[in-house]
Amino acid sequence: MTDQKPVEKQEYNITVYTENQVGLLNRIAIIFSRRKLNIESFNSSPSEIEGIHRFNIVIHETEEVVRKIAGQIEKQVEVLKVYYHTNEDVIWQEMALYKVPTDVIAEKAVVERLLRENGARAVVIRKDYTVFETTGHREETDNLIKVLQPFGLIEFVRSARIAIIKDSEGFNRKLREFEKKEPGHEVVENEFLNNRDKVFTM
Amino acid sequence: MLTKEKQAPELLEETKPITGAEALIMGLLEEGVDTIFGYPGGAIMPIYDALYDYREKLNHVLVRHEQGGIHAGQGYARSSGKVGVVFATSGPGATNLITGLADALIDSTPLVCITGQVFAHLLGTDAFQEADVISITTPVTKWNHQVTDASEICDTLAKAFHIARSGRPGPVLIDITKNAQLQKFDFKGYTCCDHIRSYRPKPIVRKEYIEQAADLINQAQKPFVLWGQGVILGAAEKEFKAFIEKTGIPAAWTIMGAGALPSDHPQNVGMLGMHGNYGPNVMTNECDVLIAIGMRFDDRVTGRLDKYAKQAKVIHLDIDPSEISKNVTATVPVWGDCKETLPLLTALVEEKKHTEWLEKFNEYEQKEVEAVIQDELFPASGELTMGEVIQQLNELTQGEAIIVTDVGQHQMVACRYAKLNHTRSNITSGGLGTMGFALPAAIGAKFGAQDRTVVAVIGDGGFQMTLQELGTIMQSGVDVKILILNNQFLGMVRQWQELFHERRYSFVDITSPNFVTVASGYGIAGRSISERDDLKGALEQMLNHKGSFLLEVMVTKENNVFPMVPQGCSVSEIRLK
Repeated sequence: MTDQKPVEKQEYNITVYTENQVGLLNRIAIIFSRRKLNIESFNSSPSEIEGIHRFNIVIHETEEVVRKIAGQIEKQVEVLKVYYHTNEDVIWQEMALYKVPTDVIAEKAVVERLLRENGARAVVIRKDYTVFETTGHREETDNLIKVLQPFGLIEFVRSARIAIIKDSEGFNRKLREFEKKEPGHEVVENEFLNNRDKVFTM
Repeated sequence: MLTKEKQAPELLEETKPITGAEALIMGLLEEGVDTIFGYPGGAIMPIYDALYDYREKLNHVLVRHEQGGIHAGQGYARSSGKVGVVFATSGPGATNLITGLADALIDSTPLVCITGQVFAHLLGTDAFQEADVISITTPVTKWNHQVTDASEICDTLAKAFHIARSGRPGPVLIDITKNAQLQKFDFKGYTCCDHIRSYRPKPIVRKEYIEQAADLINQAQKPFVLWGQGVILGAAEKEFKAFIEKTGIPAAWTIMGAGALPSDHPQNVGMLGMHGNYGPNVMTNECDVLIAIGMRFDDRVTGRLDKYAKQAKVIHLDIDPSEISKNVTATVPVWGDCKETLPLLTALVEEKKHTEWLEKFNEYEQKEVEAVIQDELFPASGELTMGEVIQQLNELTQGEAIIVTDVGQHQMVACRYAKLNHTRSNITSGGLGTMGFALPAAIGAKFGAQDRTVVAVIGDGGFQMTLQELGTIMQSGVDVKILILNNQFLGMVRQWQELFHERRYSFVDITSPNFVTVASGYGIAGRSISERDDLKGALEQMLNHKGSFLLEVMVTKENNVFPMVPQGCSVSEIRLK
């Protein structure tokens, strides 16, 4: 505990396993915002276990700050487990979509070659535009933007980062055992929202 | 329809259809609730309607403002060790709870707040008295949840009580839409909750850390214990005393920990922090092993962190793992409930008497007595001081009273000088510093400990923030002694302005009404004094009066609370004047 921690800021990947609960996203986001910490990337999705969600949060901070943040997140009632790792400790990907005019693709062989070199794959081909996707690290997806810009890039979007921890047995087995022993409850949604006109109001 | 009067929940048939509101009341009874502080309104009316049938079992205290209600709930929880329960309606009723929620969260006070909400189909439409209570209260609750269906009420309530009272306690809030309160469902009884799969109230105690901590303590030449409210919340006063007495280590307290060890215990060396005692603050930077028990190294305790106890190895005992190494890096972290960890530690430590080391604290105490305490507690002439009022109160109550303080100079004076023989005797707003806390908290404290004398020590500024709760005293007949220390200033701000803003007294000169007349309007007896000769008699009159009594003591206007660690300074730079 007395070891001197490095003070340099770097990217950390925070992995959070949670119950699927309304409002929890806000509770986690507040932990960052009250400390005025900027989130670089935030992804929330169902995990491999029904009812348990997995957040991947990327922040650029010192380990000291990230350790404290992880502790604050883990103490939330509906949070099962929190890990944090540097980029070296995870395998991570982001997905990007690029919309470019189809006629340019069709007419200019150079574009086609560039797309191939960047591992882009056509997702939709229409008369007026074509959508490609690539996955990779930020600098890779960024690079293709620069390349496509002179050829009339119409639109671009990139997903949040998802990451898998390298040096880990994974949480899968633990989660499955957990779920078997203590199955989660379904989230109760507001079923009355669609019945506004039919319900008597006071 | 259920016949509710005096019917125990266990006698109910298995699947009786009842309303959500009735189920909530059943749940409260099953949780052992006896007192609720609240204020009705449109969106919580079905719950109040159900409560009406159980008014002989559940004492509802009608406060005059929801903030008063939640502070009363806090006072009740802190004096009784039980969960405080608060009702409020939607919108403004719910938002009036925010200060109390923030206060309870930072001071780890167990509360279950129930708020009414508009019909579920109106959520998000800016309906009358609608506020997004879940979003608003998320940062100031340990947990919160909105219920839109009656069948959810029992499970949610059970979960709420479990979360509020277990682990590091805290406030929870349940927001119940009006349709859920009115809706009937098949009630199958109420089951208390003792487990939530994603909630670990206590970390697992690791024996290797206990052993490492014991080694450090056994080798230490100048060990020093700092204790906080964790000892009280863990009901570990006996275990703490056993540890202290076996190791012979001097121990100092945070204001939230006051009373866990009696004031006159020979190893109790006083209060820590900005307005704490001289010795404990200075010696923090001289000890070789610092043992922090159930305290969180708040900035008011540590002063400048980069100059705080750098020479010491730190052992930190805490139930909340995120508190360990948050502010001060721990050499040995001892995760766990101190009720469990302290006996394990006591078993491994050697019996010692750190006589010489303890004597150093006494030397510093003597220095502080000469420089500050003597004049504050026993002034020979001049106007009355806050300290001598507390000293006289000590002599009359013999440390047996519960002292509830507001926030400001009087708070620091009362916490420093009040004699406390018992645990749960010091109730104050420690972390948030909420002016207006004391009067309603004292009401709650009396309901939580009806056989004890409750004295609310309040400044003239803080009293005017929630004095409407005199109405609650009037109606409920609760016996609270109100001691106003009136220096005609917002005293602590004025002290800072004097010390750090060249005496530019910007808007701290506060005019007060005739407090005795105000109290009289509420049917509460009172008296105002300004002479030393009247002090003892007036305090006796207050304490002996049957029922509530307001005593205003006019004290010297520009008296400062010393010692003081100026903000941004190290604790060893504490000033005696």
